[in-house]
Amino acid sequence: MNKPGQAANGGQRPIDIVKGGMVRRHRAERRFKIYGLSAIVLSLAFLSFLLISIVSQGYSAFQQTYIKLEINFDQNVLSGNLATANYQALVKKALYKLFPDVKGRGDKRHLAKLVSPGASFDLRKMVLADRHIIGTTREVWLPANDDVDMAVKGHYRRDVAESERRLTDKQLAWIDVLEHRQRLEKRFNVTFFTAGDSREPEQAGILGAAMGSFYTLIVTLVLSFPIGVAAAIYLEEFAPTNKWTDLIEVNINNLAAVPSIVFGLLGLAVFLNFFGLPRSAPLVGGLVLTLMTLPTIIIASRAALKSVPPSIREAALGIGSSKMQMVLNHVLPLAMPGMLTGTIIGMAQALGETAPLLMIGMVAFIVDIPAGFTDPATVLPVQIYLWADSPERAFVERTSAAIMVLLAFLIAMNLVAILLRKRFERRW
Amino acid sequence: METNNSGVEPEPTEDGAPEAAPALKNGRLVSREDRRTVGIPTVDNPRMRTEHVDVYYNYGEKHAIKDVTLDLARNEVLAMIGPSGCGKSTYLRCLNRMNDTIDGCQVSGKITLDGEDIYAPRVDVSPLRAQIGMVFQKPNPFPKSIWENVAYGPRIHGLATNRSEQDEVVETSLKRAGLWEEVKDHLQDPGTGLSGGQQQRLCIARTIAVSPEVILMDEPCSALDPISTAVIEDLINELKEHYSIAIVTHSMQQASRVSQRTAYFHLGDLIEVGPTEQVFTTPLHQLTEDYITGRFG
Repeated sequence: MNKPGQAANGGQRPIDIVKGGMVRRHRAERRFKIYGLSAIVLSLAFLSFLLISIVSQGYSAFQQTYIKLEINFDQNVLSGNLATANYQALVKKALYKLFPDVKGRGDKRHLAKLVSPGASFDLRKMVLADRHIIGTTREVWLPANDDVDMAVKGHYRRDVAESERRLTDKQLAWIDVLEHRQRLEKRFNVTFFTAGDSREPEQAGILGAAMGSFYTLIVTLVLSFPIGVAAAIYLEEFAPTNKWTDLIEVNINNLAAVPSIVFGLLGLAVFLNFFGLPRSAPLVGGLVLTLMTLPTIIIASRAALKSVPPSIREAALGIGSSKMQMVLNHVLPLAMPGMLTGTIIGMAQALGETAPLLMIGMVAFIVDIPAGFTDPATVLPVQIYLWADSPERAFVERTSAAIMVLLAFLIAMNLVAILLRKRFERRW
Repeated sequence: METNNSGVEPEPTEDGAPEAAPALKNGRLVSREDRRTVGIPTVDNPRMRTEHVDVYYNYGEKHAIKDVTLDLARNEVLAMIGPSGCGKSTYLRCLNRMNDTIDGCQVSGKITLDGEDIYAPRVDVSPLRAQIGMVFQKPNPFPKSIWENVAYGPRIHGLATNRSEQDEVVETSLKRAGLWEEVKDHLQDPGTGLSGGQQQRLCIARTIAVSPEVILMDEPCSALDPISTAVIEDLINELKEHYSIAIVTHSMQQASRVSQRTAYFHLGDLIEVGPTEQVFTTPLHQLTEDYITGRFG
């Protein structure tokens, strides 16, 4: 046996061999670091690419072009039932007055199309709110049609042949005139945040889908969190280990990997066809998403329970706590942060889920904002899917804007997860 | 503490080790192959009595304790020594049924507390464990305040129902555990923030807060420095005035310092029981002598 530090083989001291190998070791370490760094850089690059493309396409949807018109609230038009009066005529008259040299029915029709058909609703709202304006003339900013909006925002190509454009040469000229007279203005798009869906992009809003998502997630949370946590506690703390619990465990793990559309089919067959629950309702959506989220919550909660050190359990049992007291007073508080994180991850998944909701009719075109759990509704990701499918150019930016809203919701939920974790976290 | 016999010349006892007589026939030790218990495992009027207990792990695969008969007297400290894996901790955990929590652990034989079979079908383990407290190898305070650590047990057992009663039990328990002076000004600090020795004394305070009659200690000082160890040993000496204490230890010095009787376990067999001084000076069994002279273990 060699004495420490003495020559071993070939006159080399062991420490020289060790040192000789260090170069190789350091190189391997550096290489590993570079792999890791490049993976992070790559994923960050993709993420920022995604975000930049969505934001650059979507930010303009937060503004909408308005046209300033002198509306004469004509007593002759506004006689009779105010709710069904011909407000469109008021808009048309104001436009004709602005362009007195436009004659001919075709041109007049084209001119009228510059203003959104939704403008008449705005006027009706004004009149119904204050009847004294009847008979007066007011300056009113009315939403422009989506094509005008696109032209003003510069998303419109003017160099193609007239037959291939949605706006005629004359319409483009009128837009230029209006812009020159400062009668066109881009304003904050309130409609986008306060309206439900619409076939007219300038009237379409995200609120209906957001409320649908909200109600759906409430149902999901209220059902899946208690059920999931209770199942996890039972399986982890109380259930005997035998082939039945093994079978249940395998099935839960399998359920977590089942394609989500299968849950939609299940919801269609069971909740709609068998139990006869309403179609397109957040209640059913929530039930379906509960089924989908449960495995995630159960698995995360069991992992959180498993990570509580056995010494805490022994300490509690050792002074004579019952099993229930041990779980409720000592294990559960320590497992809570993990359970909440798992739950919020599951909820975020549910928020972004589209496929199962298509099966239960939440893909319908719904204009009204849902006011309850059984009203027909759609949800944010389905709304994105619907708008992405629409041919109008103005829906492109609205799709991106809706994605931004969805992402904002997800970030907010993750923030809550982090805060809850911080709040409940304890060391042992 | 009282034993039937000094143990130098063991007499066969009714259910202890009837055929353990071969000891010291002609001044020689019992051979290593003989695994019957030598010495006197029983005492008069014991606090706890264990009769022919066998413990199996993994549904009968591992025979952890083989036919152990051993008594714990009133107001004594019984030390259990032996090499790692000899079953002394397993035996200790039988006494308050902590082995119930291990899947596949089977206990047979009879263990009584003041004559009552603790494995009888109707026995509820919660009050039993309040009666037979346990201090674990690694200090394991709850991740809650010092006050809450001590008050929790009395509260769940209904021993201290209002705040002033709980304050009182916290104070007396911490005083008895010798921790009061050090923590009385920050009872709301987390128990996990104390030093190792303080944590272990907190665990002892938590155990005595529920007024047990027996305290089981599973190597309570193995994670502690010598000074904390000395403090806890002093504490054990004081506690034996009120409680019966069974302590598992790897340190023979500790066993000789704190205990009145010592039991030596070897691979699941109880080899020798006797007054501590006799076991360490004139062991009867070859295996015991091997162990205490440091031949193995």
